[in-house]
Amino acid sequence: MNIHEHQAKELLRRYGVPVPAGEVAFTVEEAVAAAERLGFPCVVKAQIHAGGRGKAGGVKLVRDAAAAQAAAKDLLGKTLVTPQTGPTGRVVRRLLVEQGVAIARELYLGMVVDRAAGRVAVMASTEGGVEIEEVATTAPEKILRETIDPVVGLAPYQGRRLAFGLGLAKDQVGQAVSLMTALARCFVESDCSLVELNPLVVLGDGKLLALDAKIGFDDNALFRHPDLRALRDPSEEDPREVEAAKHDLSYIALEGDIGCLVNGAGLAMATMDTVKAAGGMPANFLDVGGGASTEKVAAAFRIILGDPHVKAIFVNIFGGILRCDVLAEGVVQAAREVGLAVPLVVRMEGTNVEQGKQILAASGLDIISAADMADGAQKAVAAARRAA
Amino acid sequence: MSILVGKATRVVTQGITGATGQLHTRACREYGTQMVAGVTPGRGGTDFEGVPVFDTVDAAVRATGADASVIYVPPAGAADAILEAADAGVALVVCITEGIPVLDMVRVKRFLEGRPVRLVGPNCPGVITPGECKIGIMPGYIHTPGRVGVVSRSGTLTYEAVHQLTLLGIGQSTCIGIGGDPIIGTGFTDALRLFNDDPNTDAVVMIGEIGGTAEEEAAAFIQAHVRKPVVGFIAGQTAPKGKRMGHAGAIIAGGRGTAAEKMEALRRAGVTLAPGPAALGATMQTVLKEKNLLR
Repeated sequence: MNIHEHQAKELLRRYGVPVPAGEVAFTVEEAVAAAERLGFPCVVKAQIHAGGRGKAGGVKLVRDAAAAQAAAKDLLGKTLVTPQTGPTGRVVRRLLVEQGVAIARELYLGMVVDRAAGRVAVMASTEGGVEIEEVATTAPEKILRETIDPVVGLAPYQGRRLAFGLGLAKDQVGQAVSLMTALARCFVESDCSLVELNPLVVLGDGKLLALDAKIGFDDNALFRHPDLRALRDPSEEDPREVEAAKHDLSYIALEGDIGCLVNGAGLAMATMDTVKAAGGMPANFLDVGGGASTEKVAAAFRIILGDPHVKAIFVNIFGGILRCDVLAEGVVQAAREVGLAVPLVVRMEGTNVEQGKQILAASGLDIISAADMADGAQKAVAAARRAA
Repeated sequence: MSILVGKATRVVTQGITGATGQLHTRACREYGTQMVAGVTPGRGGTDFEGVPVFDTVDAAVRATGADASVIYVPPAGAADAILEAADAGVALVVCITEGIPVLDMVRVKRFLEGRPVRLVGPNCPGVITPGECKIGIMPGYIHTPGRVGVVSRSGTLTYEAVHQLTLLGIGQSTCIGIGGDPIIGTGFTDALRLFNDDPNTDAVVMIGEIGGTAEEEAAAFIQAHVRKPVVGFIAGQTAPKGKRMGHAGAIIAGGRGTAAEKMEALRRAGVTLAPGPAALGATMQTVLKEKNLLR
C-alpha cells in the first residue's frame, strides 16, 4: 500500500526524522492560507502516488499569495503525466504546501527488504535527486549499503559508516546517525516495504532534512496497523483492483483484450504468457484463489467484463482441492447472473474434471472447451479476433 | 527414497482444528502420510479423527516423536508457529500459510540460523515424495513415483507440470513447493543442491517467476555444480513492472526480477527452457531421451 508524500512526512515527523514544515491542502483557499502561514518563498507540490512530479510541472516555487493561488489553481484537478504515471496520468486532488529551504547538497537514503539477504537493507548515495535505479546501473559504487540485523536494529556504527561514506561533515554525522536509526525504527515498526528519502538534503546551515519522502507498506502486515490502513487513498488505485480485493481476488488490469480467470498466481501469470504466445494480449491478471464459491467467480466475471476492451474470456483452472465441478457450477451461474456477452473459453483439469465438463456442456451456455492451456489460449485469441 | 520426506516421516499439523487443517490432515493421511499429531492451543487432549491433538508442538513431539510439522495457522500467528516448531526440535517445517508479514519472516530467518531445522515456505503448497509422503495441499493423485525432481515457486502451475510428466509416464522423486513469498526458508539453490546429491533423482524441473534474483543465483549454482539436466520455465513474461502479481514475491522492482533476465541466466547455465507451460512435460521427455535417462 502506498501513501502520499504529506502522509509519509507526517509519519516521519512522529519518529523524529526532520522534515520541512508543511500543510496539506484540498482547495485553492486552503493552499493560499497554508502558504501565508508558512511564509514565502514556499513550495506548492502536487500529491499523487507517483514520482517525477517536478519535471512534469507538479512542483512550483511561489513567492507570494497571488503566485500560490495561481499554482494551486493550476495544479488542483490537473491530470499530471510523469514517466511513472503512464500516459493517462493522474488527477491531482490534493497539494502539499511546504516551506522553502536553501539546499546545499542532495543525498539519497532508502530502505527496502533485501530478499536475498532476508534482511532490511539501507542504501545511501551522494547522488540524490535522481532515479536510484539509474545510479545502480551507471555508478553502483556510489551506492553505500548496510543490512540491518533484526536482533539489534540499525546500529549507530552502521549509521556512522554511511555518514562518513557520504562525506558528511563531522558535525553532521551525529544528526545523520539519529536520522537513520529513527528511519530504521519507523520502517520496522510500521512494517514498511519501502522508505525512500530522495533527496535527503543538507541545508545551507548544515542541517539535514528529508525534502521528499516516499513510503510503501507491506500489504500482508496492514491487518496490524489500523492507523496506517486509514491513510489509504482509493482514488489513487485502479477501482477494479479495489473491487477485486473486496472479494479476496487478486486482480491486475493490463492493456489487452483477452480476459483471464485462473486459480493460482503462478498459473495465472503463465496463462497470460500463453495468451501472448498465441498472438493475443491479456486484459488482466486474475487469481481466483483456492476456494471458488459462486459469489467469487461471479465477482471475478463482473470485474473482467467491466473492462470494455475485453473481447473474450479464458478460464484456466487446475483443480486440486478446488474441484472442477464446483468451479463449473460457479462459471455457469456467474455467466447467467452477469450476462455473458463475449465468447468464453474454458480449460479445466484436475479433480472431478469429467463432471465439470458435463456441467458446462449441459448448461446451454455458449462455452468453448479447450483440451489444454495452449489450446485454450489459441481458441480465446481466435474468438477475440472474430469479435473484433 | 527422495529428499526431505519419505515413508518414515512423522508429521504434526499445527492448526489442525481449523477447516484447512482438518481437510488436509485427512487428505494427507488418506495418501499414506504418517499424520501422528496435531496442535491447537487449548484443544490438547482431544483428537481429530484419531489423530491426537496437543496444546503445544513440544508436547506433541515428546509424545509422538514427530519429526516434521506442517503449518496451516493464519498469518497473524504463523511466524510464531514456525518458531515454536523449530524450538520443539522438528527437523522439517512446512509452512503453507499465505500472507505472513515480510518482517516477521526476517525475524524467523534470524531465529532459525544455527538451528538444525529446515523450513519450506511460507506461502507454498508443500512437499511430496510420491507414493511415500505428502505434506501439504497438492492433489496426490496427479503424482507418480519416479526420478525427476520438481522445485517451484508456484502451486497450480506445479500441478500442471507434474500432471504432464505423469501422463507421459515420467514419475517424480520429490516435488518441493518453495513458495511465492519474497523471504522463504528453502530456495531454488538449496533444493537443487539436494536433488543434485540425491542418487534417486536423475533430472530436475525448475519453475520460477518474476521478482527477486533467486533464479539467477540458482543459475550460477547450476553452472558450477549441477551435472543433472534441468528443465526450466519462468512465469510472468508479460507481467508489468511494479505490480504484485498475486504472490507477495512476484513483483518486478527497482528494474530487477524480470522473466527475461531469469530466462537468460538459466539458458546460459545450460538449463533447457520449456517454450511454454504446456510443454514442460514434453521438454523433459525430450531431454531425458537425449541423455538416455528415460526408463
